[in-house]
Amino acid sequence: MESQTRIQVAGENALIIYFGSVASAAISAHVQHTARLLPELMGPHLIDLIPSYASLLVLFDPLSCEPAQVCHWIEQALEDETSFGDTDGTLVELPVWYSPESGPDLEALATGAGLSVDEVIQLHQATEYRVYAIGFAPGFAYLGEVDARLTTPRLATPRRRVPQGAVAIADRQTAVYPAPSPGGWNLIGLCPTPMFNPHASPSMPVSVGDRVRFTAIDRQQFLDLGGQLPGEIR
Amino acid sequence: MAMVEILHPGLLSLLQDAGRFGQHRFGLTSGGPLDPEAFYWANQLCDNGAHAGSATAIEASIGGLKLRVDAPVRVAVTGGEMPVTINGASAPRWQTLPLQAGDTLELGYSKLGSRCYVAFAGGLQVEPQFGSTATVVREGIGGLRGAALQKGDTIIASTDTGGPCLRLPPARRPHYTHRATLRVVTGYQLEHFSREQQRRFFQSTYEVSERCDRMGYRLLGPPVQSQLDGILSEGICLGAVQIPPDGQPIVLLNDRQTIGGYPKIGSVLSLDLARLAQLMPGDKVNFAEIDMDLAQRILHLYYNFRRTITPDLIAPGFTEE
Repeated sequence: MESQTRIQVAGENALIIYFGSVASAAISAHVQHTARLLPELMGPHLIDLIPSYASLLVLFDPLSCEPAQVCHWIEQALEDETSFGDTDGTLVELPVWYSPESGPDLEALATGAGLSVDEVIQLHQATEYRVYAIGFAPGFAYLGEVDARLTTPRLATPRRRVPQGAVAIADRQTAVYPAPSPGGWNLIGLCPTPMFNPHASPSMPVSVGDRVRFTAIDRQQFLDLGGQLPGEIR
Repeated sequence: MAMVEILHPGLLSLLQDAGRFGQHRFGLTSGGPLDPEAFYWANQLCDNGAHAGSATAIEASIGGLKLRVDAPVRVAVTGGEMPVTINGASAPRWQTLPLQAGDTLELGYSKLGSRCYVAFAGGLQVEPQFGSTATVVREGIGGLRGAALQKGDTIIASTDTGGPCLRLPPARRPHYTHRATLRVVTGYQLEHFSREQQRRFFQSTYEVSERCDRMGYRLLGPPVQSQLDGILSEGICLGAVQIPPDGQPIVLLNDRQTIGGYPKIGSVLSLDLARLAQLMPGDKVNFAEIDMDLAQRILHLYYNFRRTITPDLIAPGFTEE
């Protein structure tokens, strides 16, 4: 795998490691493995890391170390031969109330896919997803990949307001909106589990590299689990 | 203990410290002062010493901030050319200003330079969130309630215990203009821009558009095209120059999203971002290509030089001609 990796300059205090050009569980596992090794190798010279689908952005302190030294640390991490697997992350279960009421795009998505609403709900639960990246907004976890039959492009016109907890699909990705925000993903349900709570520890139920399974619940269970009804979702 | 009361927040006033680091795993951006140089000097002039780069201060954009203190405090205002008044009387920027109980400090509207920093001796006392007090409104994190300062907000400051009155000599102050040359450390997807497109980017003059904020500055000018439609979303560092499909560059700043899928030609040197963030719509921008080695030399030279600058000791109330 080392032969496919490439280190590229990103900025005055940033190098980006490319592990490949496609999203896959194996590549993501390598990203994660490297992200786990670097803090110890770099110590105080490391400012932050941004893992994503097939890359890892390494931010360093340019006043305390040279880029060549950072390259060396990265190479050490890439040469590490400790075995790692794509199922190393924790498995997290997230309940979802799937319905046209809680997921206003559910019926359109089913029609577009040539499936029944129940089939969409079954297929969305059938996959064990991987957290590829966290970004866009605090706590927004990009989960992949959804069953190819559920692949749906983003809405032509994004919504001005997607409610907190909205479970959504865009292309082959799925996610739970951690807070109300504008958004163009297709909404298929609501999840009562808070995805980001700055006052809780940990602040998020998932980390990059974790695995996620969705399980269907009904409206009453959603409310019992602390879910808040967002009112009508336009 | 002194209380700072916001009488009027102006266009946009935010509590900022050095920024939030090590929290990208939650998708949290860095925040922090858009012009770290002016921020640093505001704190230095308040004799905040080792905390000069990190003590919590107010970043005022465009102007209009008005505040009152209920006890003696020492402040300093640096940055863009916003007229400063204390109880209505003109006061200088770039020096220590002792305020008395009941004094009102006001920033007028700037014609040159869009950010000012109001620092307080001892720093403002704000509860950090995720290790920082930096306000990121988009995230609802930091500052007071994760929001911009509002009329009636109160913040705790340190009562004046005496200390030097300092002034940054005029020759050492940043020179704000309506134009900036931004040095770009090339990288990221540079190779996916043809030589011709690269030449266009580095030889054209761009204009700051109306869409400029703490997330990023959108520029207008000759469009630049990459050979890529989009890329797999990846980490975005401070200053990254993103080229969306319309070819109009966006320089990403402190409140940027941490990952994104547009091609990038490289990242602007942090020292030049401080200049960019002082520009207003209609101002002009050029880019200059530099490599990683030169960027390192420039940063080392700058920070070594800055350490040698000592503010002048002045009498309280000193006003230059």
